[in-house]
Amino acid sequence: MQYIPNILFTIALIAGIGFFTLNIRKVIRNINLGKDINRTDQKSARWKNMLSIAFGQSKMVRRPISGILHLIVYIGFVIINIEVLEIIVDGVLGTHRVFKDYIGTATYGFLIGSFEVLAALVFVAVIIFWTRRNVANIKRFLSSEMKGWPKKDGNFILYFEMVLMALFMVMNATDVPFQQAGTGNVISQFISPLFNGFSSENLQLIERTAWWLHILGILVFLNYLYYSKHLHILLAFPNTYYANLQPKGQFTNLESVTNEVKLMLDPDADPYATPVDESTEEVPEKFGASDVTDLNWVQLMNAYTCTECGRCTSACPANLTGKKLSPRKIMMDTRDRLEEVGRNIDANNGTFKEDGKQLLNDYITPEELWACTSCNACVEECPVNIDPLSIIMDMRRYLVMEESAAPQELNAMMTNIENNGAPWPYNQQDRLNWTKEG
Amino acid sequence: MNVPTMAEMMAQGKQPEVLFWVGAAGSYDDRAKKISKAFVKILHEAKVDFAVLGVEESSTGDAAKRAGNEFLFQMQAMMNIEVLNGYEVKKIVTCDPHSFNTLKNEYPGLGGNYEVFHHTQFIQNLINEGRLKINNTNLKGKRVTFHDPCYLGRANEVYESPRDLIRRLGVNLTEMKRSKRTALCCGAGGAQMFKDAEKGDKEVNILRTEDALETKPEIIATGCPYCNTMMTDGIKFKEKEASVTVKDIAELISEANKL
Ligand code: SF4
Ligand code: SF4
Repeated sequence: MQYIPNILFTIALIAGIGFFTLNIRKVIRNINLGKDINRTDQKSARWKNMLSIAFGQSKMVRRPISGILHLIVYIGFVIINIEVLEIIVDGVLGTHRVFKDYIGTATYGFLIGSFEVLAALVFVAVIIFWTRRNVANIKRFLSSEMKGWPKKDGNFILYFEMVLMALFMVMNATDVPFQQAGTGNVISQFISPLFNGFSSENLQLIERTAWWLHILGILVFLNYLYYSKHLHILLAFPNTYYANLQPKGQFTNLESVTNEVKLMLDPDADPYATPVDESTEEVPEKFGASDVTDLNWVQLMNAYTCTECGRCTSACPANLTGKKLSPRKIMMDTRDRLEEVGRNIDANNGTFKEDGKQLLNDYITPEELWACTSCNACVEECPVNIDPLSIIMDMRRYLVMEESAAPQELNAMMTNIENNGAPWPYNQQDRLNWTKEG
Repeated sequence: MNVPTMAEMMAQGKQPEVLFWVGAAGSYDDRAKKISKAFVKILHEAKVDFAVLGVEESSTGDAAKRAGNEFLFQMQAMMNIEVLNGYEVKKIVTCDPHSFNTLKNEYPGLGGNYEVFHHTQFIQNLINEGRLKINNTNLKGKRVTFHDPCYLGRANEVYESPRDLIRRLGVNLTEMKRSKRTALCCGAGGAQMFKDAEKGDKEVNILRTEDALETKPEIIATGCPYCNTMMTDGIKFKEKEASVTVKDIAELISEANKL
């Protein structure tokens, strides 16, 4: 009978990790619905980006308040995983604080002591975060795309962290041998008097309950990631690694277009010759993007990585002047649509069944797309190197090249470029007139 | 104004040191033409051997590309590259950050490889090489703020060369609350220059002008013909034309040196 807890624990652990793995595989499958793009060059620059931006949080701290609070929660998260490791070993083997015997009471006390301090700091940080989100009128938390699930999601994460930290403290405070050892209980020693007068059985019961809830909570939280913007704690790393390293102003030159333009400009090309690839029966390339599967996998990974922090939107000139465009919404819409496509594939035995919807119009409207000045402020701001602008541009390309649906004035501008070599209706022969004027 | 063309140079069997890419705005827009002229005066003063393409220059295709028309962009790019490569151009300077970005970053992939400079970078080099001096007395003490063009700043991380030149004017340079990395767009980029803005509660150039006015400037310095137009319109909207002027850095230098 004494093995029952170990067995139950092991089952919970396997179930938790197994379910998580299943969902992560779904994320990877969905990301791979995107078009291929080569981001394997300049390995050292990529590692450097990842280490400084994801691991070192260098872009987070550009906004000092949220940056430092985030840093605390982040370090707390990383460090507390060592504690979780011990819990897992204890749980599987039925031991109690197994590391203590191996690393000595003093070192152990020092470690647990620092965990406790961090846990307390995390607790405080989370409360401040909650207040910023729900009480203080911070504009980027109040945008229209933050109603409903995104708002709840943000708060759920905070409640989760609060409860997990509290359970950790209670667990330590009611662990009688740990308190008696008197090392490492820097915070929990002030909580343990709350339990004075409890019988030792009750104390042990509380300790066990807190222990179980703590680890089960962590497993539940792990599985919550998939449904939440909190997925960024994992994806921030690959996302910064595969981020664009070219100058931000450099947009891709669509290769499919290059081939056609070369044919058009080549005086030797025979207009009646059969196009080379007709025999291969390739699906004609679609120019630009109208749905998530037209985007590349980095753009789709971006969507899953977005933390919905809204730093992009709060720097966006279009958004700041009341236009509908919000780069954060572009990322959230992309993820929502991708999830929808993924669910569709799951429901139809692995193939996508036409659902009459797409990213364009059903999620993102042309009005939003046309408001973008391509200023790159959103890209610069994003703490995890997401590029909302590239999605906007790909969708504009679709609007213009596949649907000829540019705003009228832009059509006029483009006609001018085509006919006069300038966006204005001036004669190219007048290009030098300015040198002759007074 | 003596502005030689590549065709003339070629006829004389000469290859100039640098090609001045004037751009559509610099050629046709009344306000931007003044920037082109100011820059040419600086080139003359520093005795730079330069030429323009003149009637052989065509739109870089930047506006078409940002509007989403990759076809038109690549047509323009390939025609321009053919002309540039035909003249064996190696070095290009331009006063337009959009042309700068496109020529520098997007043409290489289509066969056009050049060393491309924004005019502020080029002038900075002239100074460093001792070919040009900026007179720091004529504009001394004026309050100046600089608006970073997105396609020079964030897009290519050129923040210092315009500031270096402004400081050399002996003026009092004050930064806006949003500057460099965090600078606000003037509202013209991404082909917005050529269309009405979407519905909102303000125009972007007005918001940016307000940023600038907070620094109580006498001069708003720009490094882009489109920013220049947007900020000038903003100043008019705010009815501040009497106290604030919008000037390209090339114009300021030309003024300081009484060219
Ligand atoms: S690039 Fe477009 S979406 Fe991004 S901040 Fe600028 S205007 Fe907004
Ligand atoms: S794209 Fe980046 S900056 Fe924008 S909300 Fe997502 S994580 Fe934040």
